[in-house]
Amino acid sequence: MDTINTSNRLDRRSAIKWMLTASATLPFLKPDSLAQSGPAIPTPGGYGHDPNLIATEIPWDRTLTEEQLRTTTALCDVILPRVDDSPSASELKVPDFIDEWVSAPYPDQQSDRGVILLGLDWINQESNERFQEPFCDLSEPQKTAICDDIAYLPEAASQYLEAARFFTKYRNLTMGGYYTSDYGTKEVGYVGNVALAKFDGPPPKVLKFLGVDKAPW
Amino acid sequence: MPHINAGKTKPEYDVIVVGSGAAGGQTAYTLAMEGVKVLMLEAGRDYDPVTETPMFNTRQQAPLRDAGTPEKPFGFYDATSDGGWKVPHEPYTNASDKAEEQFWWWRARMLGGRTNHWGRISLRNGPYDFKGKSRDGVGWDWPLEYDDVAPYYDKVESLIGVYGSNEGLENTPNSPDGVLHPPPKARASEIFTHKHAKKLGIPVIPIHRAVMTQRMDSKRIPKRLHPNNPKAAKTLAQEMDQRLACFWATPCGRGCSIKANYQSTTVHIPPALASGNLDIITNAMAREVEIDSHGKATGVNFIDKTTGLDYSVKGRTIALAASSCETVRILLNSKSSLFPNGLANGSGLVGKYIMDTVGARLGGQVPAMENMPPHNEDGAGGSHSYVPWWLYKEQLAGKLDFPRGYHIEMGGSRGLPRVGTFDGLERFTGGSYGKQLKEDAKRYYGSFVSYSGRGEMVPNENCYCDIDPAVRDKWGIPVLRFHWKWADYELRQAAHMHKTFAELIEEMGGTILDEVDPSGKKAIYPGGEIIHEVGGAIMGNDPSTSVANQYSQAHEVSNLFLTDGAPFCSNADKNPTLTIMALAWRSADYMMDEMKKGNI
Repeated sequence: MDTINTSNRLDRRSAIKWMLTASATLPFLKPDSLAQSGPAIPTPGGYGHDPNLIATEIPWDRTLTEEQLRTTTALCDVILPRVDDSPSASELKVPDFIDEWVSAPYPDQQSDRGVILLGLDWINQESNERFQEPFCDLSEPQKTAICDDIAYLPEAASQYLEAARFFTKYRNLTMGGYYTSDYGTKEVGYVGNVALAKFDGPPPKVLKFLGVDKAPW
Repeated sequence: MPHINAGKTKPEYDVIVVGSGAAGGQTAYTLAMEGVKVLMLEAGRDYDPVTETPMFNTRQQAPLRDAGTPEKPFGFYDATSDGGWKVPHEPYTNASDKAEEQFWWWRARMLGGRTNHWGRISLRNGPYDFKGKSRDGVGWDWPLEYDDVAPYYDKVESLIGVYGSNEGLENTPNSPDGVLHPPPKARASEIFTHKHAKKLGIPVIPIHRAVMTQRMDSKRIPKRLHPNNPKAAKTLAQEMDQRLACFWATPCGRGCSIKANYQSTTVHIPPALASGNLDIITNAMAREVEIDSHGKATGVNFIDKTTGLDYSVKGRTIALAASSCETVRILLNSKSSLFPNGLANGSGLVGKYIMDTVGARLGGQVPAMENMPPHNEDGAGGSHSYVPWWLYKEQLAGKLDFPRGYHIEMGGSRGLPRVGTFDGLERFTGGSYGKQLKEDAKRYYGSFVSYSGRGEMVPNENCYCDIDPAVRDKWGIPVLRFHWKWADYELRQAAHMHKTFAELIEEMGGTILDEVDPSGKKAIYPGGEIIHEVGGAIMGNDPSTSVANQYSQAHEVSNLFLTDGAPFCSNADKNPTLTIMALAWRSADYMMDEMKKGNI
């Protein structure tokens, strides 16, 4: 199977070990627990401490391979598929956002990269073992069969714990990409980013919804 | 007068102001508008909010969708350049390796400093806040009282534009009629909080923020602020007319190109420049205050960061407004035979008693807010409501185990989604994906609330900074070394915050999302993380126990003023910026009086 012979392929045992390490180090990468003293060291390949906020550019290259992108796309669309008029994640270029994210040089993103790449690798191996096809070529019921096993960490079987952690992170990123897109912000129910002559506060139907007769001011 | 290059200065200025944020902006404004020749030194670059603010830019247009990174901790669009808790080329150190003994020092190297991105919360200190020791026996009283500062609060609020209401609550002063702009309507989550907090005896009222909700009255305000100075009034009126009222969109943290909110670069500096009395040098890193053989300040030595060259400029009076800790750093680095321990440091108190605000937060998910009808909640780009400290009487009666109060800021609007908005959603959805997840996203979006406490710490002996003997910055200037330890007062206060927030979320029928910490040790944020650094050169009447007098004038150097938060004797739960500006204005008035009298 060519599709799984990528350079960063690991056998499942070491993949799982790697992911355990990655998740164990995560808390230390949160800003809360980083010692803040010392100078800021510019991140090589980052946008720097004073980027242009208007004419934005992303200085780092996307790094996912074509095969990884195929898996990324397939998994994004299982998580957020097209539903009637609502576009799928890939129609909103969420796979490209995930590529941008895991290719970014910053510590949080690099940490996510480790989990995501191994997870993508795992899911293809799992697909091959179960259905003799890479994940992107599976039928919807086949994709669902795998995802159901890893969709909810507290209920995942012990052999799927690490994959479930990966799926949780992957779903977060997919939702993050989808609902920060110009389309997604609207779909989820955000209304705004337009200049108004006045601000009226919540309309009467919202006050009623909240169970109050009138706004306090 | 204009922005100038280092080396193009006048032979001498009346006043050199180091810093361009709330303190430096206010000091320079007050002086320049009254005809004083001022030079402002700013360590960062020039910054123009009109052309540089990404007002309506969407997250889709930003790298990583505007998520925070080490280079932009508050997100890509945050109006901070070359800043954060770490600044390129400009380290500081912490004496301890222990996580709970770290101080985080936020700086912004840009014209206007931190005022470009700040939260704009503008609460007056009340009468108790200046007389804490008299009231409860800990900390210090200030050498002034509320009535001394009140006229300056009136002036600052009139100048910058602050929305809010007068509620007449204890130690939560009203502003005179006509000063405040009308408060924006409460948002849905704030209304729901109001409804339930009432049952717990917790008041939710309009917050005060430095955002214009109506046009400035440019006919009346400038004349009131500059009664005997028609030229200044006219200059201010013209600049006020450039400011538009809030148009109820875009987050204030990005800055404001229509100048509806306060930032030094849109409110203080433009009229001060237009007066013709202000020169500004950016990229000018102050190293030390220079003195003569009599111990009088004569000027400031700085490094032009663009060339690395050293310059000295002469000033009759020096006002340090570099941010509390940077001001301390300049004083401690200004050593001479007359002042071997640093300038104006005969008391040994320069660097002592630095303070931040006690911070703790708790989040909740509220089923009653699920599936709320979509509606526009952008509002004024920040909070509309808050809870002022409401337990003064219980505290005075000794019913609480911590001496000072806190206010509550609240989050939970249907704001622009972030990358992490839905992290953890599986707790409620059981791990849904596919079509169901799209339904769940709509259902749960807007059902989350968060409460953040902002409390007063009592200054203590363990919180101070000094000069690190071994470390220098890129320009060879010795750097600060911080020492920090929260006392039990603060930990108990943080624990009380968590307990209160948990009760509130439960009262709303919500699920508490984080661990409630009865010790306060895990709940409390690191020192400095709230970015309310004050103290380090406290004011008082006695030169042996304080660095400056009530006008922020150094006891030992009569022509040296510290017009930022450094002279604060306490750090009330009220966010410090408004008080910094009020005291800077008062200090500048006194400075001019003393200059006229020939005393300095």
